[in-house]
Amino acid sequence: MPAESENVPQSLYAAREPVFPKRVGGWYRSLKWIIMIVTLGIYYLTPWIRWDRGPQLPDQAVLVDLAHRRFFFFWIEIWPHEFYFVAGLLVMAGLGLFLFTSAMGRVWCGYACPQTVWTDLYILVERWIEGDRNARLRLHRQKKWTARKIRLRLTKWTVWLIIGLLTGGAWVFYFTDAPTLLVDLFTLNAHPIAYTTIAILTATTFFFGGFAREQICIYACPWPRIQAAMMDEDTLTVGYRDWRGEPRKHSEAVEAGEPQGDCIDCMACVNVCPMGIDIRDGQQMECITCALCIDACDDIMAKIGKPRGLIDYLALTDEEFERQGQPPKPVLKHILRPRTIMYTSLWSLVGLGLLFALFIRSDIEMTVAPVRNPTFVTLSDGSIRNTYEVRLLNKHGDDRPFRLSVSGDPAVRIQLEGTAYETVDVPANTTHLQRVYLIAPPESDPAQVERSDVRLWIEDISNGDRAHKDTIFNGKGN
Amino acid sequence: MADKPEDRNDVGTTGHEWDGIEELNNPLPRWWVWVFYATIIWGLWYTVAYPAWPMISGATEGYMGWSTRANVAAAIEEAEVANAEINERLASVELGEITSDAELQGYARSAGEAVFNTWCVQCHGREGGGFVGYPTLSDDDWLWGGSMEDIHLTISHGIRNEEDPDARYSEMPAFGRDELLGPDEIDQAVNYVMSLSGEPQDASKVEAGSAVYADNCAACHGAAGEGDIFQGAPNLADAIWLYGGDYAALTESVNNARFGVMPGWSNRLSEAEIRAVAAYVHQLGGGE
Repeated sequence: MPAESENVPQSLYAAREPVFPKRVGGWYRSLKWIIMIVTLGIYYLTPWIRWDRGPQLPDQAVLVDLAHRRFFFFWIEIWPHEFYFVAGLLVMAGLGLFLFTSAMGRVWCGYACPQTVWTDLYILVERWIEGDRNARLRLHRQKKWTARKIRLRLTKWTVWLIIGLLTGGAWVFYFTDAPTLLVDLFTLNAHPIAYTTIAILTATTFFFGGFAREQICIYACPWPRIQAAMMDEDTLTVGYRDWRGEPRKHSEAVEAGEPQGDCIDCMACVNVCPMGIDIRDGQQMECITCALCIDACDDIMAKIGKPRGLIDYLALTDEEFERQGQPPKPVLKHILRPRTIMYTSLWSLVGLGLLFALFIRSDIEMTVAPVRNPTFVTLSDGSIRNTYEVRLLNKHGDDRPFRLSVSGDPAVRIQLEGTAYETVDVPANTTHLQRVYLIAPPESDPAQVERSDVRLWIEDISNGDRAHKDTIFNGKGN
Repeated sequence: MADKPEDRNDVGTTGHEWDGIEELNNPLPRWWVWVFYATIIWGLWYTVAYPAWPMISGATEGYMGWSTRANVAAAIEEAEVANAEINERLASVELGEITSDAELQGYARSAGEAVFNTWCVQCHGREGGGFVGYPTLSDDDWLWGGSMEDIHLTISHGIRNEEDPDARYSEMPAFGRDELLGPDEIDQAVNYVMSLSGEPQDASKVEAGSAVYADNCAACHGAAGEGDIFQGAPNLADAIWLYGGDYAALTESVNNARFGVMPGWSNRLSEAEIRAVAAYVHQLGGGE
């Protein structure tokens, strides 16, 4: 294609600028290390926590049992018809993100997002093997694949791959009994789905943490875009006090003889940035507010004997005050405002609702489906009989005897299909389908009118728990 | 429009113009062209590999031999293999064991429901609801007996099925048509039968009807109208009427008799299927 024209169209593709974050120490870095240890610890160790639920139930504390469609979480057991608990938790997670974003900006992105945590871990490995920023930069620029470069790269990729494998490996433990699966995985007896899942998650972890890194946040993740709608001028984000730092050393203003600001243009904040931006250019789309530039700058300020906080957590409203030489609003006043209070109340309301639902729910339940074909049957003595398909749910870890009864009209009596008794044993942790007959004598009201309301009861004889369902009894209805 | 720049790539236009808007004649990106060629090649291969080209009858079969019918057949085969063991057990155990073994019973009822909804539902109705002339299977009254053994025999050989010597057979005389009884006697007998189940009747004819009944009907239907499952003679004293319990329907029954026929199924269904549907029918009415 002809490219000699001066008006060559601008390329729509921008090659990635490689980022080599420099090591940094400080308060925020320490906090991030702690958060990394805690979050990774939760992720890797949770499947190994045991929880005794009785002989016929799994003893894994947190288990998504897809085969039996059960979700176990310590003492809580969720069946598919209670999926609203999961929906509620997701709503709470959403509201929680809104709250944190409106109060402290992209604090989720900067500290707790798995992409950030694993990238941090991968960069740590990279630094251990290839050295700090300058060494990595040299290695990157070195075109020739010397034995040393090959050795370093292979070592790094191998460690990354192992971390990726462990990540994918930990994930599948949430879905089956972890100790059994571990043995199965090594003896090649595990289900192909387990291996496929591990392979996919290993590949994504390896690629996202090792190579894609900040590009996931910038191009792939929708959350940074949504967050902008939740931030306002009181939201705390990482910012640069340009009124204090400018004019910086090496700037035209300083060279023209003006007095210099606090910024000595040492590039420490730029060198540590995992997103490859310059925070001194102001708030930017790429910034995940990881606060490493704060640590880097505080370190320099201490060395040149200036107060800390040239780069700091700031809100937009602070700028006006500080430019006029007034102290900024206290942090608490930024955080406590109608918006955050509203998010907190909504979050608590949903949480209380879920807690309430959790406490009132029973470990035994029933569903009743009247058989409509035919709506009723006339028996040889003229009685009217209705049939119901009743599902009895027993969430306990042992078999339970359920007694069925009916209320609503004393003339209506209950009869269970296949047994002369009114009690049926429901095996542990299952749903038992029982056909139930309700019979009304020929001259009784329920037999004569078109329909009457009745209520079916179950009682767990072993502890007296009861549950009931309302339904309809169909009569002849002349 | 005065500052309209020159064509930036200097590639000319396609010559198409709409209201002053021209289309640049840029070449296609090379990767796009190659993908385009690849899809053509793939498309040609696809029409050879899979059924595609319409012919006069049917279509080309494709060398991969793929067909939806074969897929269905394979899926059915797979299901049959998966169920082979339990089907064999179902076909070979004692009939009584089907209702006492929970696993067998659960399987038999589900399989039986499928068989019932394919072969039986046309006459007996959904869930055995029944129609006039076609017995309700979900009540507690059984013409030929409601035990597993009775139901199994009925399904296997049928009722009044002349193709099968083992079928259940009985025939009620047509008292009116064959002039075995006069119209008055029939009138009296019908009134007597209606009195058995407490339906409104002409009380003045009941006593005469009682004598007619004892002479002509009691042999099969029993002295008190209790019926006889060995002859398929309906109980006349209960609230259930196969052909209707009013005066007209009963008169028709006595005049011309009824001759309900059910085919035998042993030549169409496997033993396992017959037992499955027997278990399903057995539980519809609550079992006997």
